[in-house]
Amino acid sequence: MDKEPSFNSQVKNIYHLLMVLFLLFIISGGSLIYYANNPEAFSFKKETSNLVAVSLEEDSDRIENGIHIRTGLIEAEGLMTVVNNCTNCHSAKLVTQNRMDADGWNTTIKWMQETQNLWDLGGNHEIIVNYLVTNYPPVKKGRRMILTNVEWYELEE
Amino acid sequence: MKRRDFVKKTTLSSFATLIGAEVVFGSKLMEGYTPVALQDPDPFKLFNKHKEMIVLNNKPWNIEAQAHLLDDKITPNSSMFVRNNGLVPENIDAKKWTLTIDGESVKNKKVYTLNELKTKFSHHTYQLTLECGGNGRSEFDPPAKGNQWTVGAVHCASWTGVRLRDVLEDAGIKSNAVYIGFHAVDQHLSMDPSKEAISRGCPISKAVQDETLLAFKMNGEDIPLVHGYPLRLVAGGWPASVSGKWVNRISIRDIVHDGAKMTGTAYRVPCETVAPGQKVKDENMCIIESMPVKSLITYPKSGAIIKKGKVLNIRGHAWAGELEVTKIEYSIDFGSTWTECNIEKPANRLAWQHFSASIDFPKTGYYEVWARATDSNNKAQPMILPGWNPKGYLNNACHRIAVKVK
Repeated sequence: MDKEPSFNSQVKNIYHLLMVLFLLFIISGGSLIYYANNPEAFSFKKETSNLVAVSLEEDSDRIENGIHIRTGLIEAEGLMTVVNNCTNCHSAKLVTQNRMDADGWNTTIKWMQETQNLWDLGGNHEIIVNYLVTNYPPVKKGRRMILTNVEWYELEE
Repeated sequence: MKRRDFVKKTTLSSFATLIGAEVVFGSKLMEGYTPVALQDPDPFKLFNKHKEMIVLNNKPWNIEAQAHLLDDKITPNSSMFVRNNGLVPENIDAKKWTLTIDGESVKNKKVYTLNELKTKFSHHTYQLTLECGGNGRSEFDPPAKGNQWTVGAVHCASWTGVRLRDVLEDAGIKSNAVYIGFHAVDQHLSMDPSKEAISRGCPISKAVQDETLLAFKMNGEDIPLVHGYPLRLVAGGWPASVSGKWVNRISIRDIVHDGAKMTGTAYRVPCETVAPGQKVKDENMCIIESMPVKSLITYPKSGAIIKKGKVLNIRGHAWAGELEVTKIEYSIDFGSTWTECNIEKPANRLAWQHFSASIDFPKTGYYEVWARATDSNNKAQPMILPGWNPKGYLNNACHRIAVKVK
């Protein structure tokens, strides 16, 4: 008779302990599953984006395969002079899609200075024009070019 | 034993999960890693453009279509080229938008709210062809300066608005009026507030045509921001630069309008034809008015491979500025022989016209299908480049697609 209640209370204690462990398991397991599905939930965004920004500054003038990645301009003598003087108002795409001789580039620069608020380029003028005629010279096209870059595909009708 | 095993396993797995969490966190960092240089807004999302549109320039935004993207009879926004001279305006409040009519030749200077324009004047809807004056510039030799458009700087959308004529007449046009010039809110690239990005216009005779609109809807909806929300001047058949976006003032001038991109060499060609590469003085350059006859094969996309014996159905559009297209032909032998296509009447004056044809190929091999339209003045498109001009405007040479028969 004496043994019975103490055995019962031991069972109860173990039972309570197990319940607590079980609850903890459910809670931690649940949060792990939740985390797996919503990885955003426990992160602190602001700090991470700051970290990212720092590592980028050093890379903004990165060159890959002879191309200045930020602007798409060809890496050659005078590149940074062109980047610093010619990509403030308009994108470098306006440079890279054009092909002109020295006369053409000079006329364009003069036009930008007279009408588009481009500053006096001083000694940089020659550096810029040399860079442009060397890297972006005219290509002969004649009266009509052949079709190039045709992407062939089977036409089903 | 079993319980101990269980504990051990959960501990291990939670460690693993912890490590996993670190890795996940790390990979998340990589995902969010966008190099500063590439943080330009995505123009395709920004302007709801088809992913195959070609970005020629991102400051200012200049984006063109490819021929096969223009297959719709009425061009949807997703395939409409974007040509900007300045910066796309931000924070437009249509409720506060006003249009001022002023100038030397206005009888009474007037200011209308957008709502007044919509309620006071009758509404009209037209399909209007707008083509950039420089469409096709990329083909000129010697090359011409500017955005190197290929074939895709043209569209024909449905525009709804009030007639410019009704508004001008409400303010009153003096008898000495010569030209109208628009003014708009887009900033000059240099951000200099004293400079206008573009301020062009047209002679009074064009301004008072039925189809010249002050539009507030495009394809039945508010005009998309990049195409001129909330108010755009639309003058079909003329260089699209006449169709000013974000217009807030129109001046009735007693001289040919002298705003930005009206003078010098902008949207002008030599008054007399010149040899390729020849220098032309500003005073010998004349303003482009009606655009020349032209056409585009919009189906199939260039590069189609078909089986021998199969008929190839082609289709596309043709337009001719102020005129109508009377004939369109195709050739599969580089112009040795031409065959007429079917051509529809325009939905209204200044709308492009749809053509179609079914082609039989005599044998296997490489072909080009060329299309050539003829206007109501009996002028046809040239197969080679038309007259060279310093700024590379008005290239209306025939369009062609490559086809293989096997």
